[in-house]
Amino acid sequence: MALGSLLAWLRVLEEVFKSEMIDEVKTPNLFKWALRFCSDDAVKDVMPRHDRLLEFVVNLIGAWPSPFVNRVRLALKLKSIDYVFLQENFVVKSELLLKSNPIHKKIPVLIHHDKPICESLIIVQYIDEVWSNNGPTLLPSDPYDRAIACFWAAYIDDKLVKAIDVAVKSPDAKKKKAAMEEISPMLAVLEEAFVKCSKGKAFFGGDIIGYVDIAMGPLWGWLKVIESINKLTVLDEATIPNLLKWGERFYNDATVKDVIPQHEKLLDVIIKVFPPMLLHIPSN
Amino acid sequence: MGDEVILLDFWPSMFGMRLRVALAEKGVNYEYKEEDLSNKSALLLKMNPVHKKIPVLIHNGKPVCESLIAVQYIDEVWKDKAPLLPSDPYQRAQARFWADYVDKKLYTLGSKVWQTKGEEQEASKKEFLDCLKLLEGELGDKPYFGGETFGFVDVSLITFYSWFYAYETFGNFSIEADCPKLIEWVKRCMEKESVSKSIPDPHKVYEFVLQLKKKFGIE
Repeated sequence: MALGSLLAWLRVLEEVFKSEMIDEVKTPNLFKWALRFCSDDAVKDVMPRHDRLLEFVVNLIGAWPSPFVNRVRLALKLKSIDYVFLQENFVVKSELLLKSNPIHKKIPVLIHHDKPICESLIIVQYIDEVWSNNGPTLLPSDPYDRAIACFWAAYIDDKLVKAIDVAVKSPDAKKKKAAMEEISPMLAVLEEAFVKCSKGKAFFGGDIIGYVDIAMGPLWGWLKVIESINKLTVLDEATIPNLLKWGERFYNDATVKDVIPQHEKLLDVIIKVFPPMLLHIPSN
Repeated sequence: MGDEVILLDFWPSMFGMRLRVALAEKGVNYEYKEEDLSNKSALLLKMNPVHKKIPVLIHNGKPVCESLIAVQYIDEVWKDKAPLLPSDPYQRAQARFWADYVDKKLYTLGSKVWQTKGEEQEASKKEFLDCLKLLEGELGDKPYFGGETFGFVDVSLITFYSWFYAYETFGNFSIEADCPKLIEWVKRCMEKESVSKSIPDPHKVYEFVLQLKKKFGIE
């Protein structure tokens, strides 16, 4: 009985990690016992089928450098949710990704109860709602504060992310320079937002990491990367003193450290995988 | 209750219309203020200093900007009537996904349809129709995107109907020909007073776009 009750979960592990544990060849007697046990009438009514248990496994399709994926990883970490990370390679999109996000074909995709959820901020909200009893609440509970948090997350996505994307990826040096010049005033806006939202506390969310911190934080390393690639400063203490302190605080936070990659690792990926991104701006 | 609700808006904006529909669904009394976008009011610039755009919902003096954020805010504050977002987290995520899809695609593609000509216009028309067909597929056999009741995705999309006549006329195509079920859904939504009273006559929108084209020299 002690071993038998674990059989369904062993089958889950087998499916998740794609390897057989109770193997017909290596453990023949155990294998035959398992078949007999599962076929027993008294057992059948009580034991959950392993495919039902598989629904409880949380899968995240992603890639470790992606700031969007890291938003989700951070949210899962804050909620203490274990998950299987399905790392995409940078070249060819997996069948699972294309099947789970047929419309945008992009990471991250969270798969929970066999159902996919797409778009990083939508996933973070989903995590906050499903696991509302786990750990801290990520979004404010007051509707107005929540609307403000959503506003800043949307600003970060609609403006800052797009500019960082050009500053990293564009093969056109002029466009890169223009993007860098757009980013400084955006960070000045976020400096003001931080002062208002934090009300003197450590994070946008107050005492603890919240929704806007999650939206913005994974971009911090990328801001350092674009400074390196483009040899221009955007993280300027004179214009964004509070945001700078927040960034370093976030980057070095114990919860965050093993989720958000350091910018040296990100730069390494660009050098090795995307060399065209390293076009420098002509100095004049 | 003493709630003061003001909506800063611009009558042809499909984004502003979303708030009109949501407020009507909830039976909320509000003051509508028409903005002249060529001469933005001090109130608008004060309430939305970051984007300087409409719509802005001002609730007891506090501004909420960005139409989909404001619709969710309206849904949460006036939660006792006509819920727009479902209560199940997965269904909510799906609703947010599709509203986000409408935001990411339809406005830009629709704009290209009336602003361009020749090959570029043909390509935009095709992409625009492909998006509507995808949405039609998501609707399926349900009466509304929200299922049995009018919901968040319905609010997000129905306001674009006011621009369909303009798109069709300038683009020389018929949306109904490619997306008949979507047009059935449109008619079903337009039977609701909260929708029909919030959305301007598509012919008026067409006239407005015609003026825009003349003003900006777009043929």
